[in-house]
Amino acid sequence: MTSDKSKLGFILLLAPLLIWLITLIVLPHVGMFLVSLREKTGIREYETSFANYAVFFNEPLYWNTFARTAYMSIAATALTLLIGFPVAYYIAKLTRGRTKTTLFLMCLIPFWVSELVRTFGWMILLRETGVLSSFLQYLGVVSGPVEFLYNDAAIMTGLVYTSMLFMVVPLVTTLDSLDDSLIEAGYDLGGTNWSILREIIIPHAMPGIVSGCIVVFMLSLGNYLTPILLGGKDSLWFTGLIYNQFITRFNWELGSAFGFLLLGLSSLIVFLALKLSGQSLGKTMGR
Amino acid sequence: MSDIPDLECRAVSKSYDDFQAVQDVSFSVPKGTFFSILGPSGCGKTTLLRMIAGFQNPTGGDLLIKGKSVLEVPPNKRPVSMVFQHLALFPMMNIGANVGFGLRQLGVNKTDIKAQVERVLERVGLGGVAERSVSSLSGGQKQRVAIARCMVLEPSVLLLDEPLGALDLKLREHMKVELKKLQSEFNTTFVYITHDQSEALVMSDQIAVMNKGAFEQIGTAKDLYYQPQTAFVAGFVGEANKYTAKVEAAAANGLHLVTRDGVHLRGVDTGDRLGQGDTAQVFVRPEAIRLSRKSADMDQMANTGAGQVESVLFNGANSQLILRDARTGSELNVALPQTAEFRDLTKGDQIHFGWEADQTRCYRQGT
Repeated sequence: MTSDKSKLGFILLLAPLLIWLITLIVLPHVGMFLVSLREKTGIREYETSFANYAVFFNEPLYWNTFARTAYMSIAATALTLLIGFPVAYYIAKLTRGRTKTTLFLMCLIPFWVSELVRTFGWMILLRETGVLSSFLQYLGVVSGPVEFLYNDAAIMTGLVYTSMLFMVVPLVTTLDSLDDSLIEAGYDLGGTNWSILREIIIPHAMPGIVSGCIVVFMLSLGNYLTPILLGGKDSLWFTGLIYNQFITRFNWELGSAFGFLLLGLSSLIVFLALKLSGQSLGKTMGR
Repeated sequence: MSDIPDLECRAVSKSYDDFQAVQDVSFSVPKGTFFSILGPSGCGKTTLLRMIAGFQNPTGGDLLIKGKSVLEVPPNKRPVSMVFQHLALFPMMNIGANVGFGLRQLGVNKTDIKAQVERVLERVGLGGVAERSVSSLSGGQKQRVAIARCMVLEPSVLLLDEPLGALDLKLREHMKVELKKLQSEFNTTFVYITHDQSEALVMSDQIAVMNKGAFEQIGTAKDLYYQPQTAFVAGFVGEANKYTAKVEAAAANGLHLVTRDGVHLRGVDTGDRLGQGDTAQVFVRPEAIRLSRKSADMDQMANTGAGQVESVLFNGANSQLILRDARTGSELNVALPQTAEFRDLTKGDQIHFGWEADQTRCYRQGT
């Protein structure tokens, strides 16, 4: 009797999650997958085949963009980690009380503005007639206006800026839990800054590093606005291709296939990164 | 060679903006000594220890290890090691890697590290655990790993920051003996800080009592217990009955004092040169007080009185009586003699008590 009741309670509690997962994630993806397997043979005539996937592998532009998106995202993740780690360490270990809260809030403040507005902010800074270009001309470093937008460096800047918070927050949390006396013990036993970082701080922060990296990587890979606005025509991003297929070309079949390839790619890279770092998803998220 | 102390502090001070944490502390610790710094929390003993380890810099004075000043030496280059209050074993490494950490920093090759780690673990009685994780050990074993991790580097001085504080009582008693044994086995100089007087008294060769950033007295456990030089030491080390009294007469053979309640006491001056009219703090140890059922037995005693047993605090060999003085109504703490004579003493019994003048130690009030 009681077990029946508790079972009912369990199902009721689980229901919102299940509804969310099934209707908003599983069903659309099943639909997309079915669409991606359709090949248009005539007007309103379709056949089931892998032709859409074949298009991707036969057109160098597509898989080049695909690979470029992957390595740019990996680079953005690595760069975010490199910049975010010292920031997080400073916030977690070298500040106390009010300063800590203030610094943490300052990391958060840019996110009160929409991503679109933030990206336009970067465009104002970096465009040919923008702040940076004018400033360099004023200093006399350059003679004419310089275009900083529409290249890979601009994309990278935008991606790192957009993802910084998602790296800093998990890092601050894990570094906060590192006992100061462990670091002191390291010094006391003759450790150098480098060996303490390598043997004590990084192993302790590993769950934070991994979860930060996964989130930043996913966000970069799936980002649409930043690469399109800051990268312009010369810098293609895979999400841009998907958008084109769905909206401009009205080719939902190919767009769906691209969507599934992107899903496969991100899963594969996260899986490989976890294997390489010797971490597991359960260990990272379980903390 | 051997007369150079392992550790020497010369007028070491540490002051913050408006607060003097450590003032003018000087002491030296000869090789192989178990030296304790005993003091209440907040007395500056941790600051002093952290200055010796190099985590904080003194604002004045000099620190010498084996005769060489180490003020300019960073903590990772000082020949001292520290056992932290919560041990600070590295949870991300196994026990072998923990103990081998210091050797790895020195660039010792792997096979030597393995051999040395195994040897030091055997010396602390934990052979064959190198591959296990830190969390698989009990509190006492972790303690020994923390000591092994320091001792493998053969430091000149081992600093211990209240390492027994986190253990339960039974284990703490056991580890006291064990620590002392390890110290004599390694024959290394230990500097141990604690607020627990029994830890300090049991283990140490020399004890310094610290209060408000300064040393009150340095001496052996016996010195501190039987000849405390200041009122603070008399009150802090061991138990004592405390009176505040005015000096009625000061003579060469002793003092005559009167408390506010009108009790006349005869005691000895401890070096504060008390004169007539001075206010003194008077300390009497519970075990210095003799008990008797007959008042005639107390005729020889300089200080006598009678009272009622308020309660019997039975604790085996450390049992105590609380008496209420018939004249003043004040409480008096008396150690229960370990003879059958007083075994049947119960609450409400009348008893006579007395103690000698030289067991009544007087200090100037406010010093």
